[in-house]
Amino acid sequence: MPAVSMTVNGKAVSGDVEARTLLVQFLRENLRLTGTHVGCDTSQCGACVVHVDGIAAKSCTLLALQCEGARITTIEGLAEPNGPLHPMQEAFRENHGLQCGYCTPGMIMSALDIVRRRGNDLDEHTIREQLDGNICRCTGYHNIVKAIAAGAKAMGKGGPSRQAAE
Amino acid sequence: MSATGIGASVRRKEDFRFITGQGQYTDDVVRPGETRAAFLRSPHARARIKSIDVSAAKKMPGVVAVLTGAELAADKVGNLICGWMIHSKDGSPMKMAPHPAIAAGTVNHVGDAVAVVIAETQAQGRDAAEKIKVDYEVLAAVADPAKAKSGPQIHEVAPKNTIYEWHLGDAKATAAAFAVAKHVTRLDIVNNRLAPNAVEPRAALAEYDAGNDHLTLWNTTQNPHVARLVISAFVGITPEHKLRVIAPDVGGGFGSKIFIYPEEVVCLWAARKVRRPVKWTSDRSEAFLTDAHGRDHVTHAELALDENGKILALRAKTIANLGAYMSTFSSSVPTYLYATLMSGQYDIPSIYCEVDAVYTNTVPVDAYRGAGRPEATFVVERLVEVAAREMQIEPTELRKRNFIKSFPHQTPVIMAYDAGDYNASLKKAMELGDVKGFNKRKRESARDGKLRGIGYSTYIEACGIAPSQAVGSLGAGVGLWESAEVRVNPTGSVEVLTGSHAHGQGHETTFAQLVSERLGIPFENVTIVHGDTDKVQFGMGTYGSRSGAVGMSAIVKALDKVEAKAKKVAAFMMEAAEGDIEFKDGKFTVAGTDKSVGFGDVALNAYIAHKFTGAQLEPGLKETSFYDPTNFTFPAGCHICEVEVDGDTGKAEIVNWTAVDDFGTVINPMIVEGQVHGGIAQGIGQALLEGVVYDEDGQLITGSFMDYSMPHAHDLPSFAVGLTETKSPSNPLGIKGCGEAGAIAAPAAVINAITDAIGSEKISMPATANAVWAAMQHAPAVRQAAE
Repeated sequence: MPAVSMTVNGKAVSGDVEARTLLVQFLRENLRLTGTHVGCDTSQCGACVVHVDGIAAKSCTLLALQCEGARITTIEGLAEPNGPLHPMQEAFRENHGLQCGYCTPGMIMSALDIVRRRGNDLDEHTIREQLDGNICRCTGYHNIVKAIAAGAKAMGKGGPSRQAAE
Repeated sequence: MSATGIGASVRRKEDFRFITGQGQYTDDVVRPGETRAAFLRSPHARARIKSIDVSAAKKMPGVVAVLTGAELAADKVGNLICGWMIHSKDGSPMKMAPHPAIAAGTVNHVGDAVAVVIAETQAQGRDAAEKIKVDYEVLAAVADPAKAKSGPQIHEVAPKNTIYEWHLGDAKATAAAFAVAKHVTRLDIVNNRLAPNAVEPRAALAEYDAGNDHLTLWNTTQNPHVARLVISAFVGITPEHKLRVIAPDVGGGFGSKIFIYPEEVVCLWAARKVRRPVKWTSDRSEAFLTDAHGRDHVTHAELALDENGKILALRAKTIANLGAYMSTFSSSVPTYLYATLMSGQYDIPSIYCEVDAVYTNTVPVDAYRGAGRPEATFVVERLVEVAAREMQIEPTELRKRNFIKSFPHQTPVIMAYDAGDYNASLKKAMELGDVKGFNKRKRESARDGKLRGIGYSTYIEACGIAPSQAVGSLGAGVGLWESAEVRVNPTGSVEVLTGSHAHGQGHETTFAQLVSERLGIPFENVTIVHGDTDKVQFGMGTYGSRSGAVGMSAIVKALDKVEAKAKKVAAFMMEAAEGDIEFKDGKFTVAGTDKSVGFGDVALNAYIAHKFTGAQLEPGLKETSFYDPTNFTFPAGCHICEVEVDGDTGKAEIVNWTAVDDFGTVINPMIVEGQVHGGIAQGIGQALLEGVVYDEDGQLITGSFMDYSMPHAHDLPSFAVGLTETKSPSNPLGIKGCGEAGAIAAPAAVINAITDAIGSEKISMPATANAVWAAMQHAPAVRQAAE
């Protein structure tokens, strides 16, 4: 089996994988980072969104081998284990932007990418349009939209260290 | 109200693990030596299996075992069952066909399991499954419920594919009322078939402990105890006390994770056979082929009114598609969860409803958010709206003329509504939604070339299911009480073990709010334990918006007992008479003195037992309750939808949504609003976007998120949500339940709005741009607008 090496949440990792292994499988099964979820098999639901070299990507749509040398951030890498939550995580909690929690990691990782692309002052229409790649069945999106707007704003106040592109 | 007590929008305890990626869902659990199950599924809607050759599959890399229905039968694994008996009009019992976990002899829907490969990895399992050779004799199939009775007979036990022909109400009185009616409104309604699509796919992990002959199942289930009961007592995998079912974090259910499915049965059976843990995780395509679908009714409905718009009678005839096999509670959905709600919020003297349930070569159909009640609400609220338009009475005025105004109210279809104020929710919704300004908004829309419409849905539902004796008399195979155990620790912190199960509802927070308020202890000192049959005594699980009304009531009863016992302990501590002890805000006091002890001290003394003898009082502070409600609860409210329809394309956009609901007592408004939002989204999804499509031969056309249109953020508006409150007298907290309201109310509101906009009633769900555009071609409103 071919070997693959990458940096995940700041740590150098490597493993032997079948060529067909998806990035999400490598993260979940090899590295046991189970915060990244799988909700579909056609790249629609966005539960598997992670950041690859600072840009949101659906980890069910990338082979692990394609990510050789890449810098990956998953939901587990957003906040230090005993540190404060990332403002976007905090905004999801504060605005009840989650119910069952399954789509949440992908939502938060996508939200950070919306901020990266569209800035900290996001209107409702923009957020709704930009969330096209993420499906939630619980919340009706109402509070997710509120959470992303609030999280984006809080990131703007927090200075560069709290910006999305890690 | 304290910051964390009843009525406070406390932020959720469970969120930290979810927003940091530390949730523990079934597929996240890994056991040493774990194998993976991969199912081979039928590509045909109906076929006879002439032969299965697994020899090539067995030789594939990583394969541990290849198992078929023949081995399942040889091991005497029992069939899956439907647990609610319905009798036909003629008294005959429903026709329940055998449902083996792996097909034996025939397959009856696309996706029916034919064999399973147990392999080292999921990929190896799937590779091997592709090497299984099945020789099928393809048979004619039927997928359309309207054609089921004349289609090829699917099961030997069910001639004309008919499961039951059931009815409720007084046919004669209803016919007599129709005979004298001044106006009759008639509608043909298709309630579209839906795929529940919780974002977490179903999964099962089974482990066999040979040393103790004990099985453990981690499962995406809404009711772990019921799963254990059915798997042991009916499927016969192992005795109940030899099986532990754990429902860890569950990523949404909406009904689809109530049921006992073939896959968990097969994982348990295979784990014991191969002596290694066996895990199966559905992918989305498999979910479309195996998760129980919802709705799928074909109905003709009629409403009789007098000259003043007073409703005299309602009559409905429904064909309900239950799919290829009877799922766990499928028989109850189009009967006692449907026809019993046909009175809506209205005083209707006579109602008669007939329901024929049929088999088709499709995935089984069972309860999906609302379950029967959305279908009933759609019938009633479409009839009322159309009747008002036909009689040229303002739709809200016709509703007001017919609202039930005094309680309790006995409907002609079993239910006795206990409390409500339907005028109040309608009035508040009309204010919140600025109905007065609608005509101005309509003119503004017209200037942009858009047709604006407004639609109402004044719905009712029966929740908090339900009194065990009542449901037992209607055919339920189980009681529908709930249990709770309150364990006070010596340090005064508390664990509550509940038979309810949360899969997004936030019980860890709301249940802790109740305990914190009742015992006067910090919210942080309360932990809610659920979803594990080894920890929690028997419980019935979560569905039908019952966790507040029934589950929390059980906690209240247990808390009553804790308080009574703690008062005894406090009396010994303060050397006072038990009758003089008062308990408030976490403090026990002796009436008329300044003596007091805190809850924590009492808890400690209950366990160290130094102040009383064993003859005087049992040590410890832990109480249990089983609570059986006295009635259903009846949440009700008014949802108002405003749409703008693009006259050129037919695309309907929801521009305003107002919901005012009466849920009785609200524990956490933030969580309740969230439940309403989610329900509305699913209801709008049904009305505008979603629909499971089978072709004539029973092939599933909508088998992925590319073909089945899930609501996205840009399909929906933000929602204006308000509350009114009449407390339910049927449980100690006055709770009615909020989980399903949105899904029940929304479809009728959307379709009433679109039909108002375009001036044609000929719209079926989902009202896609294409469907609306087609309807508009014959609609007078559009012609007028164009002229």
